[in-house]
Amino acid sequence: MTYGILFDSTRCIGCGGCAAACKEQNRLPDEIESRTTAYTWTVVEQREGAYVRRMCMHCLSPTCVSVCPVGAMKKTDAGPVDYDPDLCIGCRYCIMACPFDVPKYQWDKLLPVVGKCVMCAPRIAEGKAPACASVCPTGATQFGERDALIREAQERIAREPDRYVDHVYGLEEAGGTSVLMLAGVPFASLDMPGNLPHKPLPQLTWQVLSHLPDLVSVGAVALFGIHWITKRRTYVRAIEGGDRPVEPPTRAEDGGSER
Amino acid sequence: MSIALDAPRARRLPTFWMVVFFVILAAFLFVTVVRFTRGLGATTNLSDQFPWGLWIGFDILCGVGLAAGAFTIMATVHLFNIRRFEPIVRPTVLTGYLGYLFVTFALLYDLGQPWRIWHAIVFWNPHSVMFEIAWCVMLYTTVLTFEFLPMVLERFRFERLRRILHNVNTPLVVLGVLLSTMHQSSLGSLYLIVPSKLYPLWYSPMLPWLFYVSAIGAGLGMIIVESYLSGRAFGRELELELLEPLGRAMVVVLAVFGVLRLQSIWHEGALGLIFQPNYEGRMFLAEFGLGVVLPIALLLWRRIRTSQAGLVAGGALAVLGFILHRLNVSVTGLERASGVQYTPSWMEVTVSVGLVAIGFAAFALAARWLPVFPRHGDEAAAHRSGG
Repeated sequence: MTYGILFDSTRCIGCGGCAAACKEQNRLPDEIESRTTAYTWTVVEQREGAYVRRMCMHCLSPTCVSVCPVGAMKKTDAGPVDYDPDLCIGCRYCIMACPFDVPKYQWDKLLPVVGKCVMCAPRIAEGKAPACASVCPTGATQFGERDALIREAQERIAREPDRYVDHVYGLEEAGGTSVLMLAGVPFASLDMPGNLPHKPLPQLTWQVLSHLPDLVSVGAVALFGIHWITKRRTYVRAIEGGDRPVEPPTRAEDGGSER
Repeated sequence: MSIALDAPRARRLPTFWMVVFFVILAAFLFVTVVRFTRGLGATTNLSDQFPWGLWIGFDILCGVGLAAGAFTIMATVHLFNIRRFEPIVRPTVLTGYLGYLFVTFALLYDLGQPWRIWHAIVFWNPHSVMFEIAWCVMLYTTVLTFEFLPMVLERFRFERLRRILHNVNTPLVVLGVLLSTMHQSSLGSLYLIVPSKLYPLWYSPMLPWLFYVSAIGAGLGMIIVESYLSGRAFGRELELELLEPLGRAMVVVLAVFGVLRLQSIWHEGALGLIFQPNYEGRMFLAEFGLGVVLPIALLLWRRIRTSQAGLVAGGALAVLGFILHRLNVSVTGLERASGVQYTPSWMEVTVSVGLVAIGFAAFALAARWLPVFPRHGDEAAAHRSGG
């Protein structure tokens, strides 16, 4: 069973309760900054008269999980993309690669770690909804099973086609996300990325990486073979050329430089 | 130097370049203290919008690529058995070894938690390109250590150890070529996962191929440049009869790279962007014109290729173009999507310049104290045993 969050922009009144609850739940500094940082994991922004939440989209095949060299990012079965600061080496590949620009860094610290929404993974493990969803006064942020949320979102669009643009954001973007969004204005005007492939992004690197073992085995055989042929060619040429007698290529001579 | 009455002795005086080196070194040490007491934010112009800057773009991407001469020349001499390049093996291996040490040190500055660098050995994620690069660089630096070691062992006459290393030379070279092929291409694969962020003039599914081919070209260019510089520094003749064929090989590699590059842009449907009068268009033209078209045009001329100035200019241009391409992939091409303009801070520049300077100094010291360059007597010996 995998959970998700449905954010309905048309129901959001911009009260910022979600951002405040997030701060409290995750013991972050009180000040809610104007955009997400390593210390502010979610904010409500206004675009063209509509509200939109910035938060981790919790991709089904997360880019950050795929790129992290030490596995500090993990997609849990319940849905959240969780982060283990004790493993992180600070390479910042997740920050660079995330298609939604979600992970942020503690640039001001000497021992920095990444900060990002983790969908309150500990709360979900206890059977509770994430802090933001549990405080939302209008139901704009709603927690539930992802499949049920998709049905709910599609029903809302069908019920009130004038209220919504006909697009459940997160259904297919970057291979699908656990966070889904509905809006009354096009998502591009909410600054949500519109140019994302519908295939999971990690496939782009995996289809190269997964061939490397083949490359190693074939390459090793080919290279040793080339060495064998060129070595023998030199030996034969020396004999046919009637040079002074040369020792046959014994084991000791194998492998090159005669320095 | 007008006071240099006794020419050989004059080298002992602090030369202009030595003064420059110590000034750079002092600044570098100062920035090192700042970096490791105040953190990345106080040292760099990096931000959440632009988390990778000069240290990744130049120190890592270019550092690894410019060290590619080592595996190229090792394969040429020891696997393809083209023995006449033997005299440039040692300086090239030394350059490669110092290059990888440079990269490792630079990484310690860039990582947010450098003392956890060993985590990549213990905590695995085989799906990560970065993980694969970490392992390959680690292993290949080990291989290079063993390829460098004979110079030390010969200097201090550890004959038995030298013989053992000599006997495992072929597997070492094969391993070196395989590891290099993997991580040189993977540096390009790092950017495969950002199709929505990297400008279409630089994003391409062919990035691993482009990085692999360009590393070989730049490696050959570096051999020419490095031979010229060490020739000047140590008052040695440039081995033009050896370097000229390398120049020819470099033309072929650059041409392959150029065709791949245009193909990649064609497949992205971005050919029209080349002549857009914008920042990216200009940076592409600089990269491609200076680094691909111009060196090919120069070195195709026999007269230019066989002259020292022409050959060195061609090699230097190829290196410059290579650096521009990698900085364009890692910085220029990402700026538009990030919404910010990134210019490295003076402290970032100081670390990069300082590490390069230390690399040059280390090369000079090694060349002075170790048997890096063949002496005239050695060449005769090499011919004798070469059979």
